[in-house]
Amino acid sequence: MNTGTKDHAELAGIFNKDEDRVNWHDETLWWIRAKRDKIVHQLPEWEALRETASKIKFNVLGNMDTYLMEFEAAAKANGVTVHWAADAKEHNEIVHKLIAEQGVTQMVKSKSMLTEECHLNEYLATHGIEVIDSDLGERIVQLAGEPPSHIVLPCIHKKKEEIGDLFHMHLGTPSNMADPQFLTETARGSLRETFLTRKVALTGVNFAVAETGEFVVCTNEGNADMGAHLAKVHIACMGIEKLIPKREHLGVFLRLLTRSATGQPQTTYSSHFAKPRAGQEMHIVLVDNGRSVQLGREDFRNSLKCIRCGACMNTCPVYRRSGGHSYHTAVAGPIGSILAPNLDMKKYADLPFASTLCGSCSNVCPVKIDIHDQLYKWRQVLVKEGYAPTGKKIAMQVMAKTLASPTMYHAAGKMGRLTIKYAPFAVSNKLNPWYKERDMPSAPKESFGEWYAKNRK
Amino acid sequence: MSSREKILAAVGQNKIKEEMPIPDIAPFEQIAYDDPIAQYETVLGNIGGKAHRVKSYEDIKAILAEKYDGRTQRVISLLPDLVDITSTGSVYEVNPEAHQLADVELAVIGAHFGVAENGSVWVTEELLGHRAVPFICQHLAAVISADQIIDTMHRAYIRIADGKYGFGTFIAGPSKTADIEQSLVLGAHGPRSMTVFIME
Amino acid sequence: MRVGLFIPCYVDQFYPGAAIATLQLLEKLGVDVTYPPDQTCCGQPMANSGFEHLTGGCNRLFIDNFSGFDYIVSPSGSCVLHIREHLHDEKREAEAKEISHKVWELTSFLTDVLKVQSLPSRFPYKVGVHQSCHGQRGLHLSSMTELVAPSFSKPGSLLAMVKDLELIELDRKDECCGFGGTFCVAEEAVSAKMGKDRVADHLRHGAEYITGADMSCLMHMEGILKRQGSQTKVLHIAEILNSQ
Repeated sequence: MNTGTKDHAELAGIFNKDEDRVNWHDETLWWIRAKRDKIVHQLPEWEALRETASKIKFNVLGNMDTYLMEFEAAAKANGVTVHWAADAKEHNEIVHKLIAEQGVTQMVKSKSMLTEECHLNEYLATHGIEVIDSDLGERIVQLAGEPPSHIVLPCIHKKKEEIGDLFHMHLGTPSNMADPQFLTETARGSLRETFLTRKVALTGVNFAVAETGEFVVCTNEGNADMGAHLAKVHIACMGIEKLIPKREHLGVFLRLLTRSATGQPQTTYSSHFAKPRAGQEMHIVLVDNGRSVQLGREDFRNSLKCIRCGACMNTCPVYRRSGGHSYHTAVAGPIGSILAPNLDMKKYADLPFASTLCGSCSNVCPVKIDIHDQLYKWRQVLVKEGYAPTGKKIAMQVMAKTLASPTMYHAAGKMGRLTIKYAPFAVSNKLNPWYKERDMPSAPKESFGEWYAKNRK
Repeated sequence: MSSREKILAAVGQNKIKEEMPIPDIAPFEQIAYDDPIAQYETVLGNIGGKAHRVKSYEDIKAILAEKYDGRTQRVISLLPDLVDITSTGSVYEVNPEAHQLADVELAVIGAHFGVAENGSVWVTEELLGHRAVPFICQHLAAVISADQIIDTMHRAYIRIADGKYGFGTFIAGPSKTADIEQSLVLGAHGPRSMTVFIME
Repeated sequence: MRVGLFIPCYVDQFYPGAAIATLQLLEKLGVDVTYPPDQTCCGQPMANSGFEHLTGGCNRLFIDNFSGFDYIVSPSGSCVLHIREHLHDEKREAEAKEISHKVWELTSFLTDVLKVQSLPSRFPYKVGVHQSCHGQRGLHLSSMTELVAPSFSKPGSLLAMVKDLELIELDRKDECCGFGGTFCVAEEAVSAKMGKDRVADHLRHGAEYITGADMSCLMHMEGILKRQGSQTKVLHIAEILNSQ
């Protein structure tokens, strides 16, 4: 979605113009957070599991080059072709080449946030290749011409009536038909035809096992499997951070992933792809696109532990009330706000500030990423690198100077209280964003400091 | 320099230098349920599937006959003991052309084991005839032995740690989606129902 | 035991009542409390906005004011957390570290250091507790709904000692109020909406007072309550614990 130069605050402001919709969005995501709480509280070992997963990923971040080579060798031995893409452009070119080799102009794709990050669909469209997203939520946003607003629940921002209208326009359903069962059935019929006729299928990767060269794809719908098993060519695209050392570690991660994501014990399908089936080609594209840079940022490398469960979005009080599109990046929410500045500090300088630093994200994270601490640290980096607005810079300098001097502070305090008391218009005006929906505290006649001087000593 | 070399060099340069041994996961492998079969049945029910405890293949045939008829619907089985109910009266023969599976109403497969904590069964392609079978059918039934229900995913991976497979999958219930306003719909792209027969 | 009273700038200026209650409560419990008059601010407003590098003056001042005390106590979880995590001074690093370890948020000082078992207070109203994020998730003043861990609440255990006080249950026990320092103006729309939702949860359950261990969140919610013309008031927990 082209949001122009609008930042998170502006886009969130637009989203908040419709308060009923904000309530609905907030409550829907809170419901998922509540489901997550319910299921994780059934596992007394939950916190130990998170700690273990975090440490396994730490080990991966310390041995990533070795694991990548181990994975590559094992995958090759399995008969899989391995490709390396330094950036989004190279990734898109590799995928395009693989499609072109088959002499086709169509591809079916299951959910892959990496391809969203690389803007693969747009790239392929300009080269005359039609991509159909097969995850229902992704198909819906594709029909709407929008990016997903959530990594696990791509169309969580859409009401069923809006989806009904989209289906009416694109899939010929009766108008004003918004029954989820009916709409899902329609999509099933339409996409079944797609699955049966596509020669090339692309999937994402949830986990890749260095030891065995296999990769695991998790879906509830079965769309990744339908695509991969019916196509002649299966392309799996993965960020290099998706590695885990051994197959047995899947036990840890699969137990954490879906419970954190949707509150289910596990996705319906957790498919382990090791070798192509007879007569099939299987390709893995290993993508860096800034990950090796993030690995070198000591304060932010932990973000690479992310297993894309989306729990931090569901719990984030800001995400729930601003919508995924307000983050104007492929991966929204708290985790997206620490990943995006690595790709482009200028473009995403607003995102680390789109948080109250409440810390709920770090608490739900199944791999214990210190998300809110990283948001704080990104703020320091962005300001130092010169991405703070000038007005804010000046205000902060004045504030710092005043607060560093007791004399100036006491004088300013008196003035501030007088201002509130006698000239409410000075602060209680429409230019002050606080005042739009909130009143100022009433000014006391004296500060505590003044009271103390009179009443003690 | 190729992208491969470039990526590996950058990763080698930037990786965490501090040693972090892979943590021990053995303590998790001790987790067990008092009654794993009951747990399995409950969880499978919660995720939209249905478990039946049966004593013989005859029991399975009787239950399936209530809903499916191999004479009027395409029913396939990968299990020789259940060929009576299939449309051809024989075990499904592997056909590399998976698209001919598009009209399968019911597929019956065996599974290596079930996992009590999430209601799943573990299958590998040898059990499927074709990898697409458990996804493309309208309804799926799996048969597992009662003594092959294990407690957790940790134990599942002890079982398959050294397993050699080209493709394997944990299947937990019917295909589902909640993408439209979080309303749960069974039968997104894959089977609309999942029945697991637990053979005692 | 010599205790330095650390009163955050906005409490000093706008909520002297909370500061007075803190002082009186500690005195009532027999603590030797001193308020260093030259204190200003912990530096958090700058730091959370990305300007931690401008907090040197505040840090120096804090060290000047608070070195030599056995404990430093403050009625604000957020400011305490900032000092604990970020107080530093290149020239006096050891001193800074020592001070940052001596800073305590009021309710945890009462429960963990003074080990208060009873209070002579009475407050005959229905009260909702707002769990301020920095106190709760940062200082672990109470258990968090996200974690699989035993449930506890330091502010809650103190309020349970207050006669005739009725605690109300909330639908969302520990959701952020949306204040977030400069977030409240930089992200006005989301901040105000979060505040309104938080207040609504308390009102829905019949709160006559909303209390907490952090005045900043209460200030935010008070702003919304006043704008809505609500009769429900906010009070810092020290004021309730100090009431007779």
